[in-house]
Order: sequence, then C-alpha cells, then structure tokens
Amino acid sequence: MEIPRHWRLNQQRFGLIGEVCQHCQTKIFPPRDICPACGKEAKTSYAFSGRGEVFSFSTIYEPPSGFDETAPYTVALVKLVEGPMVTAQLTDLGESLPEIGMPVEMVTRRLREDGDERGMLIYGYKFRPVITA
Amino acid sequence: MAEIIIAGIGQTAVGEHWDESLRTLAGQAIQAAIQDSGGLRPQALYVSNMLAPSLSRQTHLGTLLADCAGLRQDDPVLRTGIEAVTVEAGGASGGAALRQGYLAVASGMVDVALVAGVEKFTDVIGPEQEAALATVADADYESIHGLTLTAQAALIARRYMHENQVPADGLAGFPLTAHANGAGNKNAMYRKPVAMEAYQQAEPVCDPLNIYDIAPNADGAAAVILTRRELLPKDFPHPVVRLAASTIASDTFSLSERRDPLWFSAAQASVEKAFQVSGIPRKKVDLFEYYDAFAIFAALSLEAAGFAKRGKGWEMARDASIALTGSIPCATMGGLKARGNPGGATGIYQAVEATVQLRGQAGANQVPKARYALIQSLGGPASIAVTHLLEGLA
Repeated sequence: MEIPRHWRLNQQRFGLIGEVCQHCQTKIFPPRDICPACGKEAKTSYAFSGRGEVFSFSTIYEPPSGFDETAPYTVALVKLVEGPMVTAQLTDLGESLPEIGMPVEMVTRRLREDGDERGMLIYGYKFRPVITA
Repeated sequence: MAEIIIAGIGQTAVGEHWDESLRTLAGQAIQAAIQDSGGLRPQALYVSNMLAPSLSRQTHLGTLLADCAGLRQDDPVLRTGIEAVTVEAGGASGGAALRQGYLAVASGMVDVALVAGVEKFTDVIGPEQEAALATVADADYESIHGLTLTAQAALIARRYMHENQVPADGLAGFPLTAHANGAGNKNAMYRKPVAMEAYQQAEPVCDPLNIYDIAPNADGAAAVILTRRELLPKDFPHPVVRLAASTIASDTFSLSERRDPLWFSAAQASVEKAFQVSGIPRKKVDLFEYYDAFAIFAALSLEAAGFAKRGKGWEMARDASIALTGSIPCATMGGLKARGNPGGATGIYQAVEATVQLRGQAGANQVPKARYALIQSLGGPASIAVTHLLEGLA
C-alpha cells in the first residue's frame, strides 16, 4: 500500500495542475518549483487545458506487474497545447488506430490496481481522441 | 595527471545462470580480474548494479561482495574487509562505477581499485522483471502509466522513423551487426548470425520495435582492476591500456521533458568532454562500444557522438559502416544485443571488451591496429551518459 505517495499527486493526476514561471512564462508539468527553462523559482500553480496532440505512441503487450489486466494498452507522449509533453495512456480509441499528430484530450480513468481485490485503485489522466459536436 | 591503467579484466559468460547467484557470479569475475592483473591487491571495491534490491531482494552489495570474495586489507593486524560501496545509475551503473574507481585512483587516495559489475536478472521473470526495470523511469509520471523501458525506446523509435523517413527494416543493421560479432565472442549470450529475412518477418513486441530491436536482459558479472602506471609490476604480463578520459553528463530525467526527445544531449556532452580532456580527436577512435539496449539507442548514440549527422545514424548500420571492417566498428564483441544486456554490469563488460581489443586479443573479432576505443553506457533514454576513452599504449 502506497496511499500517501498517490494521494499527494491528486492535483496532478486529476487536474493536470502544473506551474507557470513568473519570470519567463514557461508552463511547467510536472511541477518542480524551479523553471526548467530559466532556472528561476516557479511556484505559481497553473491548470493545463488537457488538450494536446500525439507526439509518439506504442502498444505494450508485455506489461509490468500491476498492468497485467490492462494489456495490451497504448502509451503516448502527448504534446500539450501549452507546451509541455506528458507520458500517458491513450484510451477510448475504439476501432481507430492512433497516429502522430492526432488531437487528444484528457480524461480521468483507472491507471492500475495496487495488489489484490482489497488493494487501492489508482486513478489519473489518460488521453482520448478529441470528441467534437 | 596520473595515468590510470586497466591492469586486470575478468568476465563471466552472459546468459541465464540458473545455478549461479549474485555473489557467485561477481566472485568469478573478481577472481579472474585479480588473476589477470598478476595478483594486484585492491584497496577499494566499487560495485555496479542496477536492480538487485528488486530482483534479488538484496541491497548493500559492496560489503556483501567484499566479504564473499575475501577482499581483505593488507594490514597484518587489521585483517578487516576493504572499503566497498555500490554505485547505481540505472543502465549506466557500470560506467558510473568505473568513473568512481578512476577518481579514487587518480586522486592518489587509492592505489588499486576493483570495479565489479553484476546483475542477476533471472531471479524473477516476466511482469515482475518489467516492473523492476520500470523503476529506472519516473515512478510518478512515467511508470504509473504503465510505461516500460522498452516502450520508452519504442516512442523514440516511432518518432525518429517518422521524422527521418526510415523504412520499417531501417534499424535492422544494428542487431544484424551485433549478432555477426557475437558469433566470435565465447562470453556472448547469442553466438549465431541473424538473417535480414528473420528481422523482416519478426512480430512487433512493442511497435515499432520487434524482438531483434531489443537487447536481452541476462545475468552476468565483469570486473576490472585499476591502478596508476607507476604502480604496475615490472613483469606486468599484458600490453598496457589506460583510461584517457572518464566523463559523465545528465539530461532531463523523464523522456517527456526533453526539449528534443530525438537527441541524446547527455551522450553528446560526455563524448565531447572526453575528446576535450584527452586531446584525442574523434577521427582517431578505432571502435565504439555504444549502448545498444535498443537498436534506436545505437542510432542516436552514433549521432550524439558525432559519427553521423542528425537523423542519419541508422544509415551507418544499413551501409555496414559499423561492421568490424567499417569506418567505425561498433558492438565489436556483440554489444548488448548479442553479448546480452547484464544491466548494471554492462559498462564493465564494455571496458573489458575494449581492453581485449586494445591488447590485440580479440581473435576473430579483432579490429586491426586498434589503439583508441570509446565506450559509453546510458541510464534511461540517455538521461545519464557515461563515456570512457581507452588508449592502448605500445
């Protein structure tokens, strides 16, 4: 059980909350209080829109333990419209194959199960093809 | 600056050693290295290992191996064990430990250092092994999403092939070269050449990677003895090989945070610094033991080291420039792909193999008149890169 480890990331996992540097306006995810671009302090919270596009992707058939029931699943590097890139699974693909440049949006899904049926369920962000009206 | 000599080398065969443990594998490599050095007595042990805490439920390897290998101080009264610690830097652990040994001997604080790499992968297999490997990536922002090290490489490969119009079998030359060279290395895990047709027909494992794009994780141990040149015995039995440069550079920890995920900045920085501090230019390098845990890493390492232009590293494999007879022979004893990927021991295997080449003892795999060898181990997707430049002294 690793409850505190996951609990303290709730903002990031459910809200895609990062930071913005007040010195150079770089948007930062994940947050680390120091701007990776200019090296100055950056502690101002910033909520990302959750929109982006697929930079690259792959499908995992031989998963690590904890992901056995999800496999095969597709992971991607998603380039957020605000700049940063995040690693996440793609979901709700249906019959469509992912492709580089595909627009995607954040959704909240179950990431993994910790241990047996009494273990913790860990939720967080995944990305799906953008749904339009 | 003192000249740091690789005075002894030892290695076990890489493979699935069901009947050997961490300590017995390491012990064999250590004894072989000490014997090869003509019996030099190490004063300090640097162990390189990546995953023993997960795979073997064993931490504290420095003391464990010093004790099991009977490494005691020379002092006749205080016959306690020698100074011993573990160095961990993901897949670059071997290179990182070699640098610690280099620093210790170069500083003058230690006269003879033993650097021993060991990995015991097969104590667990399947999903548990994948999970252990995934701890090298970012637990909070990569591994939690089910990302594996193989998938990390696949993400890079897909984008690389997309941007550079690389054909589906464009990376085949890396494993084919590795396997051709592995055939001549008695310590290699795979000793048979692989045909292009086999590569082309292989099913994707983690698309676009197939089984041949991924080096096999396996058990193994390798060790080197370092000392200063003036401390070599007069009857030292080998051609002398020195460490002309030892450098490390790091990059963003996560692949996703790279400004440019298709460029191994840390690999470039460590190589450039190695050339700078040694005064040995790139064009003099006779062979390059790159970190081909994945074929795409080999391509990007060739580019980062300046042997190929950006986006063109794969062409060196296609054109056989990396073959034993090519312009820059790589993976000369099989590389990670055919010798096998013994995790934290990899960087030590590279040092042993490069020393064999520079001593002129590589047999069928000998690079003619080899004098300078570049070796490099990477942690993560070049999140850290450790480079050593070896010189054979006539």
